[in-house]
Amino acid sequence: TSAAMAVVCGRGLLAPLAGRLRAGPSAPLRSVAAAAPLYDVVVSGGGMVGSAMAAVLGHNIHFHDKKIALLEAGPRKEYDRMPESYSNRVSSISPGSATLLSSFGAWDHVCSLRLKAFRRMQVWDACSEAMIVFEKDDLDDMGYIVENDVIMSALTKQLDAVADRVQVFYGSRAVGYTWPLPTHNCDTSPWVQIELADGRRLQTKLLIGADGHNSVVRKEAEIKNIEHRYDQSAVVATLHLSEATDNNVAWQRFLPTGPIALLPLSDTASSLVWSTSHEHASELLAMDEESFVDSINSAFWSNVNHTDFIDTAGAVFRSAISLLKPSGTAVRQLPPSVAKVDPESRAMFPLGMGHATEYVHHRVALIGDAAHRVHPLAGQGVNLGFGDIACLAHHLSAAAFNGSDLGSLKHLLKFETERQRHNVSLIAAIDVLKRLYSTKLAPLVLLRTWGLQATNALPPLKVRMSLQWGP
Amino acid sequence: QLSLFRLTTKRLFSTSHSSVDSEELKKFQLLAHKWWDEEGEYSALHSMNDIRVPFIRDTLLNMSSNYHLGNPLSGVKILDVGCGGGLLSEPLGRLGASVTGIDPLEDNIRTADQHKSFDPVLAKRIQYKSSSLEEIVEECMETFDVIVASEVVEHVADLEMFIKCCSQVLKPEGSLFITTINKTQLSYILGIVVAEKIIGVVPEGTHEWEKFVPPEELERLLESNGFSVKTVKGMLYNPLSGSWSWMESTSINYALHAVKSGAQGQPSPTDALSELENDQPSATAGTAV
Repeated sequence: TSAAMAVVCGRGLLAPLAGRLRAGPSAPLRSVAAAAPLYDVVVSGGGMVGSAMAAVLGHNIHFHDKKIALLEAGPRKEYDRMPESYSNRVSSISPGSATLLSSFGAWDHVCSLRLKAFRRMQVWDACSEAMIVFEKDDLDDMGYIVENDVIMSALTKQLDAVADRVQVFYGSRAVGYTWPLPTHNCDTSPWVQIELADGRRLQTKLLIGADGHNSVVRKEAEIKNIEHRYDQSAVVATLHLSEATDNNVAWQRFLPTGPIALLPLSDTASSLVWSTSHEHASELLAMDEESFVDSINSAFWSNVNHTDFIDTAGAVFRSAISLLKPSGTAVRQLPPSVAKVDPESRAMFPLGMGHATEYVHHRVALIGDAAHRVHPLAGQGVNLGFGDIACLAHHLSAAAFNGSDLGSLKHLLKFETERQRHNVSLIAAIDVLKRLYSTKLAPLVLLRTWGLQATNALPPLKVRMSLQWGP
Repeated sequence: QLSLFRLTTKRLFSTSHSSVDSEELKKFQLLAHKWWDEEGEYSALHSMNDIRVPFIRDTLLNMSSNYHLGNPLSGVKILDVGCGGGLLSEPLGRLGASVTGIDPLEDNIRTADQHKSFDPVLAKRIQYKSSSLEEIVEECMETFDVIVASEVVEHVADLEMFIKCCSQVLKPEGSLFITTINKTQLSYILGIVVAEKIIGVVPEGTHEWEKFVPPEELERLLESNGFSVKTVKGMLYNPLSGSWSWMESTSINYALHAVKSGAQGQPSPTDALSELENDQPSATAGTAV
């Protein structure tokens, strides 16, 4: 670690660490700062990840006497009654994320509202017969499809339950941050200063940035972000199936233009996430409902992208596998057909990937999309964020029980190392998959066909993938 | 300025009757402003908090039945002798204790006061005083529940008097926590040659091997002055990772927990009870009764 290097080689080689401790142009004056209320932790961004972070800390026993604040630019939304129709923004929640949410009582609320568990995931190629099926041996739930509004409702309830510890500021956008000097003198405050749009000021010992992929916290902290805009947009919609079914399978087919996924919401409804080119996405939004439904069914059922060559090569490989491992080939099931789409439920948003080179600075930590942004093809986005929360909360809890300064880089770096180790390979893999599946070129199709078939046949590899993509 | 001069001369004249060693003071004077640089000269003391704070906290929690995990040391009065810049006082304060930190060097106290002043919770819970231990004995008889003397006894002039004073300001059955360095060949090689001269993780000249205290001698002095030694554990510093860990052997650094006996030095019922508890295998290794 960079801290170790500094110790061994003397202070001269503080370069790796120095960047994290560098102050902004003007450290806050003590006299000015003194008036602003001081918090132990301020979470900037009240989305699913920011709200969950604040709730987890608020319910932590070692934070019993601490002051936490959550800043959310939007207004407070009331979620007393869920509307009849499903929202078009849903997330795939892994069992690990469900465990985190139940650790502070939010999962019970989710279950009492609505969610759909799925037991199986079928992923297949449009250009070949190759497919891979994920399912747990013990028929446990693989994951849950939950509307984002349902999650927010559960989180808001649990935040209300600890209102004595966690103060939520709605309609409060942070417009400026002032960073402290690493070793402060008597003139400057050691805390992070936050200025809100309405002129109010806050101070905090630790600032957690959960403000999304265009994170202001990350930009103001001058943390470099590796980002790339995919030339793809995701089209979402709420769909109604032709006939009621035991809708407990998540379907995803890789088309050359991008993956199309059908996520179960109930026995009669599913959520669509179709990543495709910007032009095609706009077309899909503009076309009438019947044509839209036809496009979806065709995308899942049509074999127009198959070529004889690939089909033969795939078939040969499959028979080889069935000789070696008879149970290694599965029968491809067909997804349910779609009858209609909920009016007004069609929407699109652009896709990109991003990864912050650093997750932490002195008194600052990034979580969720502020730290990393991925393509929805793996259904991992919010689960990575919940994973960040579990890790950061663990380290902050230990730090609080040790009487440590919460903003100290010592434990923040531990969080960063753990999460980067976990996230980087996953984010890279998702990016590679996205690119690999964006082509019709025979060699690459063959590669991914055989790769997919082989992976489907090898339980250890499949289990590892499942576990990796799970909690 | 004049008062500082007078105070210094007063201390020079009373060296032979004080536990404060003026030569030692000079060593620390130069570094009085460097306390809070976590990667600076005192980095090893900062990382020592990772084992000494849990040691103090868990020992006290195990002895008490009435605590809240959100505020584990609430209601406990602690004296931090040789507090320096307050590196140990602050975490103890954050855990809820009322801490009095004393240090003979005024500049250290000034640094400590200034550092705690930004946190209103700490500012209330911690009081610093520039003073030697003897100077507060009269007004603080049997005042404190706990005394911590971490990395201090290897710097004092008269160890027995230091221990006697600790006993005087500690309540009966109060706890004394000491961390210090053993006097062995290994501690000379690692603690002085390597730590000070080679790696430079401790400022050169900080320690004198002659003044290191073997745990046997410390135990002897404690037991003959009304204390019962409960735990002795070895500590090891890893310069590559910059972190401390516990180890079986006390040949380099070690930590010690002792309890002042009850009224009139008779073993009190609670003392007998804790003796019984110590006979049972416990998670904290290295019990020495």
